[in-house]
Amino acid sequence: MRLIADRLGGDRGSEIVFSDISFSLAQGDGLVVTGANGSGKSTLLRVMAGLLPVARGSIRLEDGGEFEDVAAACHYLGHENGMKTALTVTENLLFWQDFLGAPRLAPDEALEAVGLDGIGHLPFGYLSTGQRRRSSIARLLVSHRPIWLLDEPTAGLDKASERRLAGLMTAHLAEGGILVAATHLPLGVEGMQALEMEVL
Amino acid sequence: MLALYLRDLKLGIRAGGGALTGVLFFLAVIVTIPFGVGPDLNLLARIGPAILWIGALLACLLGLDRLFQAEREDGSLDLLIMADERHMLALSIFVKCLAHWTASVLPLVVAAPLLGLFMNMEPAGIGASTLTLLVGTPAIVFVGAAGAAVAVALPRGGLLVSVLVLPIVIPVLIFGVSASYGAVAEPDPFLQPFLMLSALSLFLAILGPVAAAVALRFGAD
Repeated sequence: MRLIADRLGGDRGSEIVFSDISFSLAQGDGLVVTGANGSGKSTLLRVMAGLLPVARGSIRLEDGGEFEDVAAACHYLGHENGMKTALTVTENLLFWQDFLGAPRLAPDEALEAVGLDGIGHLPFGYLSTGQRRRSSIARLLVSHRPIWLLDEPTAGLDKASERRLAGLMTAHLAEGGILVAATHLPLGVEGMQALEMEVL
Repeated sequence: MLALYLRDLKLGIRAGGGALTGVLFFLAVIVTIPFGVGPDLNLLARIGPAILWIGALLACLLGLDRLFQAEREDGSLDLLIMADERHMLALSIFVKCLAHWTASVLPLVVAAPLLGLFMNMEPAGIGASTLTLLVGTPAIVFVGAAGAAVAVALPRGGLLVSVLVLPIVIPVLIFGVSASYGAVAEPDPFLQPFLMLSALSLFLAILGPVAAAVALRFGAD
């Protein structure tokens, strides 16, 4: 499997946010996207996820196997957590596992992996900001997707949680996954490619 | 898809009591009408089906603007759109509409016979009105989904949803009321308007979610 961007460009409204972005990621490869506010990091991830149209160039998946396009092969972790405050953490994770298919870890195991064992019975709305973020990271673990698109994944996390996330990302790459993360902070994952974006 | 239906049903019942709000609004409309038109029981019985339908229509519109708003605010909408290959987005929207109808609109249909008594309607009229509401209200929700999808990115989309949806659901109202009258007023037919109402619901069950899916895709930011 290979994720290839060829002179990719993205717009917001009529404004060009980024252009001429090219990279090629094979299984086990990661890409750290950095840059100032407004340089288009989040827009790039949303274009890759199929949430925004490709303005110029192309983004494609080669040898995707069961996955027909990039969006289908992706887990996307945006600024929001994608969880319902009125449901318990376990109910949220069970829903996404069922809806997304390709079950991997059980919700309890996923929560344990992010250091939240024992809180599955609590409504998501009761959790702190950091716990909410970790719960949404657990969502990546309950269903299998080979490509992880992470937008500021460390936002709201303490140092111990950052290290735990780094371990999960390293494990994902070791299993042949692909990772693209937009961040201002070091992720603590070795050997990732870097892409510096600039404000146009 | 069952997971999505059950989740939305659970949220509809748990979070904010949307179902109860609709029923209370419906009740308020029906209870205040006799004070407005006076104590003429024959008049109340005559306008009963129309009032039931208007009350139900307005109560249906109440929560429609929130159909996708919460999903957008918590980031779930992005994930639903991304899952398009596994679950066609229009189908996901159809299921969300069914869950919304079950949680928020079905209670109105269940309450309709009781409220029909307030309007001094005869049993045949109450039965016909309830049946037409059962068949016709899904059409309002399916059209509402398209309106809600258009307005999802707007901070106060509630008014826009009503403005967009009302003209399209007027035929539903007309056929619903016509069929209700047809069951009690001798020369008026029941079956033809009822079948038209059923056809409208089936047609909008396809068109509404597809239009909503297109609007959500183009509205993604």
